[in-house]
Amino acid sequence: MALHLKTVNVRHHKLTAEKETVIMPYSCNLVIPMLQHIGRPCVPTVKVGDSVLKGQIIGEATEFMSAPIHASTSGKVVSVRDMLCPSGVYTPHIEIAPDKEDKSIEPLSFKIDSLSDLVDATRQLGMVGLGGAGFPTSIKLNPKNIDEVDTLIVNATECEPFITSDYREMLENAEDIKEGIELLKKLMNIKNAYIGIEDNKPKAIEIMKKLSGDIFEVKTLKSRYPQGAEKVIIYHLTGRKVLEGQLPADVGVVVINVTSLGSLVRGLKTGLPLTHKRVTVSGDCVKEPQNVYAPIGTPIDKIIEFCGGVVNEPEKLIMGGPMMGVTMCHGSMPIIKNTNAVLLLSKKLADTPEPTACIRCSKCVSACPFNLMPTVFEHAYHDGDLEALEKHKVMLCMECGCCSFVCPAKRPLVQTNRLAKAALREKK
Amino acid sequence: MDNLTVTSSPHFRSNNSTSKIMLYVILALLPTTVVGCVYFGINAVLVVLTGVVFAVLSEYIYEKIMKQPITVGDLSAAVTGLLLALNLPSTTPLWMVALASAISIIVVKQLFGGIGCNFANPALVGRIVITLCFTSETSKFIEPFVNANVDATAGATLLNSIAANEKLPELWRVFLGLHAGCIGEVCSLALIVGGVFLVVTRVINPAIPLSYILTTYLFTTALGYDGLYGILSGGLLLGAIFMATDYVTSPLTVKGKIIFGIGCGVITTVIRIFGSNAEGVSYAIVFMNVLTPLIDNLTAKKSPFAKPNKKEAKAK
Repeated sequence: MALHLKTVNVRHHKLTAEKETVIMPYSCNLVIPMLQHIGRPCVPTVKVGDSVLKGQIIGEATEFMSAPIHASTSGKVVSVRDMLCPSGVYTPHIEIAPDKEDKSIEPLSFKIDSLSDLVDATRQLGMVGLGGAGFPTSIKLNPKNIDEVDTLIVNATECEPFITSDYREMLENAEDIKEGIELLKKLMNIKNAYIGIEDNKPKAIEIMKKLSGDIFEVKTLKSRYPQGAEKVIIYHLTGRKVLEGQLPADVGVVVINVTSLGSLVRGLKTGLPLTHKRVTVSGDCVKEPQNVYAPIGTPIDKIIEFCGGVVNEPEKLIMGGPMMGVTMCHGSMPIIKNTNAVLLLSKKLADTPEPTACIRCSKCVSACPFNLMPTVFEHAYHDGDLEALEKHKVMLCMECGCCSFVCPAKRPLVQTNRLAKAALREKK
Repeated sequence: MDNLTVTSSPHFRSNNSTSKIMLYVILALLPTTVVGCVYFGINAVLVVLTGVVFAVLSEYIYEKIMKQPITVGDLSAAVTGLLLALNLPSTTPLWMVALASAISIIVVKQLFGGIGCNFANPALVGRIVITLCFTSETSKFIEPFVNANVDATAGATLLNSIAANEKLPELWRVFLGLHAGCIGEVCSLALIVGGVFLVVTRVINPAIPLSYILTTYLFTTALGYDGLYGILSGGLLLGAIFMATDYVTSPLTVKGKIIFGIGCGVITTVIRIFGSNAEGVSYAIVFMNVLTPLIDNLTAKKSPFAKPNKKEAKAK
């Protein structure tokens, strides 16, 4: 098998790379969804009229696959209601009117001597995967087969165009990352630690190399999309294959996003839970693209306003990157823990052209990192042939978008894969 | 932020498009078209123009009548017409060229569902139909720079000469196309230039042309003939580079493409050497076109991330 998986070349537009993160002040009501991670939503613990402090739990994680949610500032709860959250399901949202005092709770005190201490603290801090997936970090750090885990990968590839929030994390908080790697290596008893960075970030590579010592190794990866996808980075750095139905830990690897690690270390140091997130606000329709350190729950349009407002005619408002991000139909959606970017793109950049007939050029087949055959899925889905979908492994599709990206007929291949996966799930 | 569009990701698309691909194919065919027109004169120009114009017109009229969206803008009909014309001798009566264009587009392409749905290469089937119906009119091959109207004696193509064991022209003459044949097939140099262009611009994968050409060379040589003449004569390069690589009618995976190319090479050589027909490229490609779904099924890719099935697990 080839040593490298198939990838595509995308234009990067990293407009905000050299701009220092700006802290956004509290200017408006914050709307905090109870689902900001993969898994089960939290249960609100406050009601209308309650006063809350920054860092106070307002959403309790009652189930295993979850992470608690905290107030991003001090103020009064003005409403608790069900709304559509950015991940597309209805879930309670707690609206807080800030009192501008920004009073915090008494910092939590942690004594981290063992992995279970760390896992507890991580859960209390409300940590989830900040790279986009939102997988609860406490679960990630506590695999069942911890004895078999020998490799830690810090994912700092940031292969999506426009986004620079992980890049800024490395430039601004490199020490935290180093400490984090040290801590995880020690507590999880891990032998190898790598940080994977794409070669379009030479500054970050240099900084991390200076710090690495014998604690971790900086691995430079080619700047290709989707280099940062979990299975892809694991394969490229260790040659191990995370098969269908497996977790990275099953092949002895734990992958953590670089900002998640930095935030975790800061949380442990300050004793304050996750209440803010660095978000890349960019695109050709934002007046002053920059990285904003914003309170979780800030509506997108307020953040864009903070960045000078809208210029040109925006076609799409995207939460996340242009390859895998989700389009929003209005700007009142709040940013959440795993929001890494808010993009406002013109038609020129983000047009979705009308699809034409498939000409079987096979470009999708040769672009798929997982060697899947998107055009075959498309035909099978439209024929209602679930058996073929299963046989050709549509469930393996990670929806990275390479197939749709290269398609000359502009077919919505990823969209069809999503529908096909949903159809298969329904059947089961 | 009032009129926001909501779509499924990805929101970035490459700037590739069907019409761009077709335009590149036309550009790649230009060298051999120009050489053919220079060698065979005004008749060749007329055949090419008729082929292209009637192909585009057939598609336009069909879609107009059937009230379908007009797709002539994707240039695929123009490519079909051009390929068809390049596969005919310059002496072909123009009305036959027009008829072949109409058959290619209407019968082979549109009746099966339009672009992307045909099971065989439209230009090749159009060509096969008229060469079967009007064999003598479509096989008057003349030498380059001969005025067809004055000196109508038909020259023998290389394949005729090989079959008849006659003396063959020097290799360099063959390479430059100074021998009788169809408009677009004679000049190997021009065809190779076009092929390299298509590979470099990533329009085609070199798997089919290379496996096709190599198989023909080896098989022809193994049977005791001159393999080099085998690959430089009789539309083999035109077929291998431009016809066998037709996306719609060739396999999806590289493995499939190689099998397809080898199949084309074997059948071409068998027809040429053992068949009563001197030329085998068209039939070989159309035959393999029909086998394409089967090849696709047999060569479906397996993801390295799929769970190994029981057999493979045992092997480990």
